[in-house]
Amino acid sequence: MQTLLFALEVSINGFMTGILYALVALGFVLIFKASGVFNYAQGVMVLFAALTLVGLQQGIVPFEHLINNLLGTSIHGFGWNMPTLLALLLTLLSMLLLAWLVERLILKHLVNQNPVILFMATIGLAYFLEGFGDLMWGADVKKLDIGIPVGISDTVEQATHEWFGYGFFIDRLDITASIVAALLVIGLTIFSQFSKTGRALRAVADDHQAALSVGISLRRIWVIVWSIAGLVALIAGIFWGTKSGVQFSLSLVALKALPVLMLGGLTSIPGAIVGGLLIGVGEKLFDFMIGSMIGGATENWFAYVVALVFLLFRPQGLFGEKIIERV
Amino acid sequence: MEQVELANKNDIVMDIVNVTLRFGGVKALSHVSFNIKRGEIRAIIGPNGAGKSSMLNVINGFYTPQEGEIWFEGKRRPRLKPHQIAYQRIARTFQNIALFEGMTVLDNMMTGRMIYMKSGLLSQLAWWGKAEREETENRLVVEKIIDFLEIQAIRKTPVGVLPYGLQKRVELGRALAAEPLLLLLDEPMAGMNNEEKEDMCRFILDVNEELGTTIALIEHDMGVVMDLADRVVVIDHGEKIADGQPDEVRNDQNVIDAYLGVSH
Ligand SMILES: Nc1ncnc2c1ncn2[C@@H]1O[C@H](COP(=O)(O)OP(=O)(O)OP(=O)(O)O)[C@@H](O)[C@H]1O
Ligand SMILES: [Mg+2]
Repeated sequence: MQTLLFALEVSINGFMTGILYALVALGFVLIFKASGVFNYAQGVMVLFAALTLVGLQQGIVPFEHLINNLLGTSIHGFGWNMPTLLALLLTLLSMLLLAWLVERLILKHLVNQNPVILFMATIGLAYFLEGFGDLMWGADVKKLDIGIPVGISDTVEQATHEWFGYGFFIDRLDITASIVAALLVIGLTIFSQFSKTGRALRAVADDHQAALSVGISLRRIWVIVWSIAGLVALIAGIFWGTKSGVQFSLSLVALKALPVLMLGGLTSIPGAIVGGLLIGVGEKLFDFMIGSMIGGATENWFAYVVALVFLLFRPQGLFGEKIIERV
Repeated sequence: MEQVELANKNDIVMDIVNVTLRFGGVKALSHVSFNIKRGEIRAIIGPNGAGKSSMLNVINGFYTPQEGEIWFEGKRRPRLKPHQIAYQRIARTFQNIALFEGMTVLDNMMTGRMIYMKSGLLSQLAWWGKAEREETENRLVVEKIIDFLEIQAIRKTPVGVLPYGLQKRVELGRALAAEPLLLLLDEPMAGMNNEEKEDMCRFILDVNEELGTTIALIEHDMGVVMDLADRVVVIDHGEKIADGQPDEVRNDQNVIDAYLGVSH
């Protein structure tokens, strides 16, 4: 009984991590569906969003190091903290600006190119953004605090203690993250199902030529999906950054999204969500049950092994469309 | 009244002047000229690979010709993107059905109304005011077309699961939703069985007569063309070889040779 409850607690924690994986995977899927581009930079966008937020909030002067080195000055921040809400708003605007620039400077010139070339372009974008973020805000690890409650939730612990005689340790940050992520997914779903632009997004995902023929501008749609991907990156960045500090490793979250995508299918939004949750819960449970027997640290590779095995049996993913070669 | 109608009937909707289109070394169209009159059904015919689809693609902006001019509603058309041409109310269907497979019949047809919907992103996000009103108004137009095409029963069906003939009809519906000034149909009857063909024929005639829509259509089946078209232009190897009433064209020696594959 005790072990079962413990396993349940582990699963819940895994579920919460899974939601963040799902968020990042969602960013990939949105862009892939609309433009056929596998956006390697999605992970770096998470990092960049979090960096910008921290930078603005803590009043870091952009390009401080560079300015100091070039001009021999010794600037260290503006000396004030920006109100969190304003910093959030400005960060969101930067992500929208980024989306617009990506379309203007990259996608526009590469339409109709081989997907591999577009993929390469996003690799370029990833390294550029990473360097640019460092240059602008500094490469040191930053603590992100925008007032989201963190630490073990007493309410949950007491309640579970009363019900099961065993108190669950659930982080309040994870609870907030789950709620926000769920709201985001619901919001996006409603938007895509019931608004004109959402309909245009789905149309473009299905057929570019037909979309053009009814008057949809592909370039406008690309700006919109990259903006949404930017928003999703910002939200993932906030929670992940609050959890483990804003630093380079944040962009590696994207590496966890890869197995999620293999599991869920590149073109399926429900797939990204279910895939994320399965990997999140799976890796925690596996580590809890099997990890100690085989020397631990299974979380690093578990997701990939599952995805690989899965690929062998269902290459299109859980919900992906079946790939049938036309002959 | 009668007079006005006649005058309109002779009015030219589109004038295609000396259009040449090349793909590398391949000349898909060379110096093709013809016009489309208001209210008529204009057929474009010719053997396989003649350049018929290329012509429609030039008209709706998918292809940009190297030479030639296109006059639409009395004005010379500048170089435009396909989605901008859609806003001029030129709608089309495709030789291989190009529907939004994941979406329902209703949603597919609503995309045809895109050019009339102007609400901003914020209004849509809030689903308030303009966005909501717009959605309802345009939905009414679409429902009328659904009735017209007799597809009420499948309104909420995802188009991917529909039989071929119905998919073609939905595609026609999506184009009609734009209330086009010029409707382009690329082989609307291809791949259909006889019953489906007859239905489609009837719908095309109804669209032309009841809605007064000007139609340019590509068709292989000579019999169908004779029944439907007011005037026919024949293209072979990218060149126009005949232009006129259906029975004139049918008896034209150049056309007979082209269809029999006589070499030039
Ligand atoms: N996008 C393209 N790129 C290169 N060549 C093309 C392209 N589109 C058409 N062509 C060429 O132009 C010529 C005319 O093709 P088109 O599709 O217009 O013919 P069609 O009359 O519609 O034939 P069908 O009856 O088979 O549909 C062909 O030689 C074709 O290979
Ligand atoms: Mg063709």
